[in-house]
Amino acid sequence: MATLKLTGVRKAYGAVEVLHGIDLDIRSGEFVVFVGPSGCGKSTLLRVIAGLEDITGGTLEIDGEVVNAMSPKRRGIAMVFQSYALYPHMSVYDNMAFGLTLEKAGKAEIDRRVREAARLLQIEPYLDRLPKQLSGGQRQRVAIGRAITRDPRVFLFDEPLSNLDAALRVQTRIEIARLHEGMEGTTMIYVTHDQVEAMTLADRIVVLNKGHVEQVGSPMELYARPDNLFVAQFIGSPAMNVLPATIEATGETTRVKPQGGALVSVPVSTPTAAIRQAVHLGVRPEDLTLAPAGGDGLFRGVVTLVEKLGEVTLVYLDTGGEKPLTAKLAGDVPLERGTTIALSARPEALHLFGSDGRAIRQRMRLAA
Amino acid sequence: MAQVHSSAPPTRHALQAVARPALKSELSRQRRRSAWLFLAPMLVVLALVAAWPLARTIWFSFTDASLDDLSGAHFVGLRNYLEYVDYGDGTGEYFGLLADGEWWGAVWNTVRYTVISVAIETVLGLVFALVLNAPFPGRGLVRAAVLIPWAIPTIVSAKMWAWMMNDQFGILNDMLQSIGVIAHPIAWTASPETAIWAVIIVDVWKTTPFMALLILAGLQMVPGDIYEAAKIDGVHPVKVFWRVTLPLIRPAILVAVIFRALDALRVFDLIYVLTPNNSQTKSMSVFAQENLFQFDKFAYGSAASTFLFLVIAMITLVYIKAARLELGGGR
Ligand SMILES: Nc1ncnc2c1ncn2[C@@H]1O[C@H](COP(=O)(O)OP(=O)(O)OP(=O)(O)O)[C@@H](O)[C@H]1O
Ligand SMILES: [Mg+2]
Repeated sequence: MATLKLTGVRKAYGAVEVLHGIDLDIRSGEFVVFVGPSGCGKSTLLRVIAGLEDITGGTLEIDGEVVNAMSPKRRGIAMVFQSYALYPHMSVYDNMAFGLTLEKAGKAEIDRRVREAARLLQIEPYLDRLPKQLSGGQRQRVAIGRAITRDPRVFLFDEPLSNLDAALRVQTRIEIARLHEGMEGTTMIYVTHDQVEAMTLADRIVVLNKGHVEQVGSPMELYARPDNLFVAQFIGSPAMNVLPATIEATGETTRVKPQGGALVSVPVSTPTAAIRQAVHLGVRPEDLTLAPAGGDGLFRGVVTLVEKLGEVTLVYLDTGGEKPLTAKLAGDVPLERGTTIALSARPEALHLFGSDGRAIRQRMRLAA
Repeated sequence: MAQVHSSAPPTRHALQAVARPALKSELSRQRRRSAWLFLAPMLVVLALVAAWPLARTIWFSFTDASLDDLSGAHFVGLRNYLEYVDYGDGTGEYFGLLADGEWWGAVWNTVRYTVISVAIETVLGLVFALVLNAPFPGRGLVRAAVLIPWAIPTIVSAKMWAWMMNDQFGILNDMLQSIGVIAHPIAWTASPETAIWAVIIVDVWKTTPFMALLILAGLQMVPGDIYEAAKIDGVHPVKVFWRVTLPLIRPAILVAVIFRALDALRVFDLIYVLTPNNSQTKSMSVFAQENLFQFDKFAYGSAASTFLFLVIAMITLVYIKAARLELGGGR
């Protein structure tokens, strides 16, 4: 049961500021995922919350109490490190019990907590082993188990799955999701590079970039309504196609002419003054479809590369613009390099961004 | 293959047994040949500089050799070690190294010096290493500076300290007197009560950096993240030191201690220069050197050297065995 409130949190290492004022409200029991490119400050933000790094400016509150100067232990947090950070010379049991022995908990209580965590994570058979006698996945579960035994208010994970192979990642990801369901009221903050982890685990995703928060929202919100170009291109794989475009007509719907494409209507309203302005038109690869034979579609171009992934086919199209256009077509599409094709997209699937990179919001189309 | 490995070790051994003759064929023979070839130069050098002198020393300890006449040595059995001389009137006396009070004094001096100085050096070295492992501005410079005492040749530092500890002109007495710790000058290196401590002080000054560096190397192998984990767990730093740091650097400390102990048991130059002709500090090596080259009791000195070698070999064996056992138990 813990709420977190970050207000203008800054962190500088010497003269280098890494976090430039982070504002964030995290509700009790929420699963929040931090994503962002490498070096954007995800780990730093997590370590600031943990109390491993001093806060240079702003305040951090847990359950309404300012904890800027509070030791990690008193904050009631537990952290799972990317490198597991297990004590190499202690058995699995001792690894989990070590932090508990100082709290006034009795021996029996410690034992009960350790065994319960071990049962939950299915590491009971390994309690007497040393970390080096475990596989990577088992070690990761011990690290999670150690965090669980502390019965924390807030759980912090720093890329906990990045050292595991693909199959184990999926399995452990599902276990973490199950764990969160089982631990009602425990707030979890999770750092990852992996979009799938972010999309599947998060109640809300925080997109960080260069020490700023770009957008906070539910996974589908970020996917469907990105606030800016950065989020639009960061969420979704392959990344959204973004083309320079010019506004040709304003009004209830806006007509734009993308580079290398045909004139198209986007269902967003723009003021008359916006005419002839340079904007960006965004369209996700999966929103592009093959135009019916003979139709002109939105984009027309020569196929430069075809990648068949089984359930989808990725097609790269040279439309005469700067970058090739990527399309993600369902199934096995019989296309060959060098053929000319046309692609189209539903108007609702088009995103418009101003020259400053901010989204020009789509009108609510639900009523229609 | 993995199944065979985990569930049925006997089968695996059987497989190996079958595979071994085949493996031992041309390839492994060739490997063994080249291994010996690479080892040969080192073995020759070792035989010349270590095995041969050692064998000679052991041989001379069973003879009546003198420095002038090494080739005319005759075998005399254990006489240099222990011999009962019957005076014919019902009385008699034991002679030889094992009955020599001065020798046992030297053994005691050496062991006492070794235990005390290595103990102090280990504790101080550990403290230094912990400090040098913490990040602070100018750490690189301090790390290098700490090594200076170790880099000075023992003879030089012994002479330097001998002057500093001089009873009339020494700076040490001067300083202690001016702050009022002592009333009269002390003859640090000459007086029987202080001589051994003078030696220990200089040795500690000189070799603590070596200890610190060996232990620092061990400390740097400890992953930093487990300290962060301990911090989050809220474990008290003192407990972290005893339960996490110390167990993890114990192998490094054990190696450092045996290195230093072997060195200290052989101590010669420091004592020879700092406290010459002082029976309170005379070490086994000094005893052997005196007999070998000063008293013209070459065979007797050889016996002392041989005994010293035995003591060191025994301590090393016992120590390695004990340390291994403990390490094995801890894993
Ligand atoms: N101790 C430090 N001193 C100076 N700069 C640091 C320090 N730690 C991190 N930084 C800088 O802070 C920035 C953010 O680092 P951080 O580790 O938070 O990135 P990250 O988002 O976790 O990246 P990754 O995804 O690669 O783990 C980086 O530019 C890094 O160089
Ligand atoms: Mg990181």
